Amino acid sequence: MPIDFLYPKFEVVRNPQRCIACRVCERQCANEVHRFDPALNLMESDESKCVDCHRCVSLCPTRALKIVETDHAFRKNANWSGEIISEIYLQAKSGGVLLSSMGNPAGHPIYWDKLLINASQVTNPSIDPLREPIETKTFLGKKTHDIKRDKNGHLVTETSPQLEISMPVMFSAMSYGSISYNAHECLARAAAELGIYYNTGEGGLHEDFYRYGAHTIVQVASGRFGVHKDYLEAGAAIEIKMGQGAKPGIGGHLPGGKIVGDIAKTRMIPEGSDAISPAPHHDIYSIEDLRQLVYSLKEATGYRKPVIVKIAAVHNVAAIASGIARSGADIIAIDGFRGGTGAAPTRIRDHVGIPIELALASVDDRLREEGIRQDVSLVAGGSVRSSADIVKAIALGADAVYVATAPLLALGCHLCATCFTGKCNWGIATQEPELVKRLNPEIGFLRLVNLLTAWKHEISEMMGGMGINSIEALKGNRLMLRGVGLNEKELQILGVRHAGE
Amino acid sequence: MKRITVNEKWCLGCHLCEYYCAFANSGGEDMAKALKGITIQPRLRIEQAGCISFAVACRHCDTPLCVKSCITGSLSVRDGVVCVDREKCVGCYTCVMVCPYGAVMPSESGAIQKCELCTQRSPGIPACVSGCPNGAIVLENGG
Repeated sequence: MPIDFLYPKFEVVRNPQRCIACRVCERQCANEVHRFDPALNLMESDESKCVDCHRCVSLCPTRALKIVETDHAFRKNANWSGEIISEIYLQAKSGGVLLSSMGNPAGHPIYWDKLLINASQVTNPSIDPLREPIETKTFLGKKTHDIKRDKNGHLVTETSPQLEISMPVMFSAMSYGSISYNAHECLARAAAELGIYYNTGEGGLHEDFYRYGAHTIVQVASGRFGVHKDYLEAGAAIEIKMGQGAKPGIGGHLPGGKIVGDIAKTRMIPEGSDAISPAPHHDIYSIEDLRQLVYSLKEATGYRKPVIVKIAAVHNVAAIASGIARSGADIIAIDGFRGGTGAAPTRIRDHVGIPIELALASVDDRLREEGIRQDVSLVAGGSVRSSADIVKAIALGADAVYVATAPLLALGCHLCATCFTGKCNWGIATQEPELVKRLNPEIGFLRLVNLLTAWKHEISEMMGGMGINSIEALKGNRLMLRGVGLNEKELQILGVRHAGE
Repeated sequence: MKRITVNEKWCLGCHLCEYYCAFANSGGEDMAKALKGITIQPRLRIEQAGCISFAVACRHCDTPLCVKSCITGSLSVRDGVVCVDREKCVGCYTCVMVCPYGAVMPSESGAIQKCELCTQRSPGIPACVSGCPNGAIVLENGG
């Protein structure tokens, strides 16, 4: 109906001087934007189907293509933006909830960008990481309260199970189903190569990847998909997912169309059935209930693996984290409101939750005040974009960070944010074999290793610049941070001084 | 010696290798200028059936039938690469018929053409290998 017509968001600009009609754009676009007209011997495009993923642009051998945002506009209105108007048309047509993918794109403050890192000058020497050792290795898990000695006076060195990571970064949960087999293979192999961990998400663990178990965190979420004894045994740690930054308060939903073949088998559900994770865990309505699950999982795995509890950053996150620290969990993962997702209701993604920077600072403060900070490690996630963000997160109080969007970008994702369509042209968020094969793990795995190796160099450079030679000495070292353009309240919550102070 | 290995598992059937091959052998400096408005005659071809596709190029056989069958001696093996001397080729196309891979073909000039691993162009990585977006065509030590 004309009333539903929305002018396409993007326009395909083809330089006719450069286009040689090789048709690679046509062959590579799963959205069928490009078409060859044999009569005119010309390429044509239906830009209404374009999602701006740049697959065609990247593969075009003559650089004949670019995608631009349309300048077709509604009348300027600071209150009723074109996007809001369009969404109303869409909902008036469908009667449905708007769906989105990847992280919150709204213009909320990004506190990482308002924090600046210190460096040594004159009075305290900086360290050159090329000439002196810088330790980026760290351990996650419960730390001991005090030093104990046995009756002979020797130190008791036994600790709760720990995760050893070569740098304070791990790949956060993305399920097999939400991303492809090849994407999982890239993450698993890169984690093993780098000496870090990747996370299965709620999709279970494909049998081919059990051999990377020593570098795998297995997740137990509200749907309990794919959870069985061997699965729990396979991982190096177990993560209980209570919430996700992109969609706090609701569960995941993988449509039946994607529950095919190995995905159904790995999730242990019938083919074609929707995998709907309940919003809460139906056996967890209190910290005491959570404690039961934490200890059930520990019992099941002989107390050999640390248990992580992952929550979304929400308003009273500090009090929740305090409860989790008392539940027996070894690690708390906090996911900020800019964290990514394969699919979430748009309104929830864009309006629910709080920034990870503020959540992290307030949780770290709260646990310190209560004298229980050493009982848990803190992992911060939810849009950690670079090595600078990592250094800031560690200085704010994190023991490590979770990253997912950045590794996906390394694998080719162009953040078109249409994962929910299942037609990812880069072979990541899709289960169509023809698209999945576009992500060659030999290439992808190397790109992940490259990205994190580069970050490790940068982290060492920044730490050395501050005169700090170990992650342990940077943890919670907020004196190494200064704020710019932040108000008193924000500085107080972040526990940092303003630049110049 | 190095030869091209093709892995159909990673071939996307995008046909970019054909275009990079045609450009590499066009002698031109600008791909758009070299290939615009022409039907390309690449020295390797994508073979496709259903969802399986792969690039077929000269295997540079150890005992090449094409070299054996050449009546003028225009085909020869140099450093493991089966090469053509276009000046000598009389266009009898015996080689075209005997090649079990269909990797020798007539060129527009009448002489035959085939993949010479880009050795005639410039030493280094063949254009199809460097142009493949998914690592489906690789240069490997073999034979």
